[in-house]
Amino acid sequence: MRKLYPVLSFALVAFLTTPAAFAQKAKAQNVPEISYTSVPNFLKLPAGLYLGESMGVATNSKGHIFVYTRSANTRLFEFDPTGNYLREWGIGSYGFEFAHSVRVDPEDNVWVVDEGSNMVIKFNPAGRVVMVLGHRPEVEAGMLATTGNGPTPPAAKYTFNRPTDVAWDPQGNIFVSDGYGNNRVVKYDKNGRFLAQAGSEKTGSGRDQFSLPHAIAVDAKGNVYVADRSNHRMQVLNNDLTPKTVYDNIGDSWTVCVSPGPHQYLFTSNSNPNGNAPGTWENTGEIYKMELDGSIIGRFGHASKQLGGFQVAHMLDCRNPNEILVAEIESWRVQKLLLKPLLASPAAK
Amino acid sequence: MRHFPKAVLAISLLAGAVLIAQNSVPELSFTSNPDPLQFPSTISLGEAAGVATDSHGNVFVYTRTGHPTISIGTSRPFLHGGSRLLEFDRLGKFVHEIGQDSYGFLVAQQVRIDPQDNVWIVDQLSSMVIKFDTNARVQLLLGRKAESERVPAAPLTQAAGGGRGGGLPGAGAQSDLFNRPTDVAWDAAGNIYVADGLGNARIAKFDKNGKFIRSWGSRGTANGQFNEVHGIAIDAQGNVYAADTGNKRIQVFDGDGVYKSQITGIGSPAAVCISPGAHQFLYSSNSNPQDDIDSGGEIYRLELNGNPLGKFGKAGKLPKEFGTVNAIDCRGNTELYVGEIGNWRVQKISLSAK
Repeated sequence: MRKLYPVLSFALVAFLTTPAAFAQKAKAQNVPEISYTSVPNFLKLPAGLYLGESMGVATNSKGHIFVYTRSANTRLFEFDPTGNYLREWGIGSYGFEFAHSVRVDPEDNVWVVDEGSNMVIKFNPAGRVVMVLGHRPEVEAGMLATTGNGPTPPAAKYTFNRPTDVAWDPQGNIFVSDGYGNNRVVKYDKNGRFLAQAGSEKTGSGRDQFSLPHAIAVDAKGNVYVADRSNHRMQVLNNDLTPKTVYDNIGDSWTVCVSPGPHQYLFTSNSNPNGNAPGTWENTGEIYKMELDGSIIGRFGHASKQLGGFQVAHMLDCRNPNEILVAEIESWRVQKLLLKPLLASPAAK
Repeated sequence: MRHFPKAVLAISLLAGAVLIAQNSVPELSFTSNPDPLQFPSTISLGEAAGVATDSHGNVFVYTRTGHPTISIGTSRPFLHGGSRLLEFDRLGKFVHEIGQDSYGFLVAQQVRIDPQDNVWIVDQLSSMVIKFDTNARVQLLLGRKAESERVPAAPLTQAAGGGRGGGLPGAGAQSDLFNRPTDVAWDAAGNIYVADGLGNARIAKFDKNGKFIRSWGSRGTANGQFNEVHGIAIDAQGNVYAADTGNKRIQVFDGDGVYKSQITGIGSPAAVCISPGAHQFLYSSNSNPQDDIDSGGEIYRLELNGNPLGKFGKAGKLPKEFGTVNAIDCRGNTELYVGEIGNWRVQKISLSAK
């Protein structure tokens, strides 16, 4: 027993120090701070309606805001550009079980990703379901707990295992990050037919492997940005899902957003985790604004439960790169941040 | 090893022969309205397990939607909700909902309308068949919902608990309780036939008052045996057509369960329907599994003797493609309603065939 103590204490020290040390090591230094304000009481819900964990936020071309939230049941709400409540989508949908992401495509179709029903659901702008990807496990199979217990079955073309996010390239091809159960990115054509995948059901830290691909975005050239969260990095893939490059100086990449327009920016959040040891808040919670090539332009925000800080930021909307919407898991809200211009300074590497 | 190439050759030849047989069935041209039903904004269509029309052209949809739940903090796990039955008029306008919060609505499997316009639903998980009269009142019940469920569920090779049809699944239990039934049909005398279908492997026959008469079938591949019965239909002569999905055939029986013939070469039959009128036609879907949209999916139109007249559609997500068809309504002969599980959709199909 006595011999065991040094080992145990070493393990204990390693356990206590590793997260902070890792976060320090994996982050760029001397990054300019972008100052910002958070709009108070931005989303205005009618009496009797509440947000739960705010998993997904996205805007359409008219500036309307969609929030996919874990309430008593998972629900999808629409707000006008100033945050006034408009309506609910997909009331009682068979695919709304455990919210994870909402995104709006260039034609203003609204897509939700649900990691409970294992489905990606496309609503047209009128709110009608026009395509579903993946399928809900049959109830009896579901009661056998097909996910979460035992070895993960091989990743199949049309079956997700707790998918996390969806994106499109300019041709309309569909990219799904999948997810907690599988560890892959899947590419479908615009009609929902399987084309390719990168990764598999297994976790890995190699160049074409993932460990919790947690969010996905595609730029105007069709490059694919994957928040490879548990690998503490973002992976960039070519359009055919072959590896392109890796950004590993931004902490844990929880979510990713690429702004539209001629000059696209890349945003990612080093969110503080669910469950924080003392000291964690000091090293996590910031959001990075980057060039697509990985150059860091600046950072903003920090872990906090107060307005202007983030408590496990889960998703960003950056349709306007100077007005960022942030959905948070542990603060049941969506914040609108107004970024102030950065005084000229060299981009940090 | 030396025999291996021969075996491969034989299998290839066999596969080729089947392929040729299926390819020789002509393609029927058709059009589709992929959005024929107007849902109220407060009700979402989920998996369209069942669709059927009555004599006035009203459309009934039994859909898996909402939030199927298992209670916690109770003596046993109890199941609630997950399916709804909706009625639309012949133009697709929403009329009303039937059986709100019904004890028997868990996993929608099928809806069928009898000649008197009564509405019958089959629920796969409550293992019940429920008959609503034309005033939407419950008029007759077959089977009983299990009081509670085991969570995690028992392996499918084990017998299910109270109220689930007794005996081992597939043993063809002689009982008026079901284990994951799939479909219901009637003969001219009003006798009721239930495909008991996934947990068991049999056809159960009741008289028009719901008294159990007999059942036939067990799990297997011989004539009179089944490997998942997904659907049944009955012609004007009282012959029973059973979609024996796993055995890739439709078996035909007389009303007493005596095997008469089988129809093959049409993939894995799942949803079946027989049109009314003097010249009846048989429809059968080769439904694709939900995890594969790259093969199968077509629907066959056949004479009652099994002679294929044509086929249409394929697996996919676009209009005129099909995602795991679970129901076909052919009251209109060449005007069909097709219910899809995979695409959460009811398509209205118009065939150019006569």
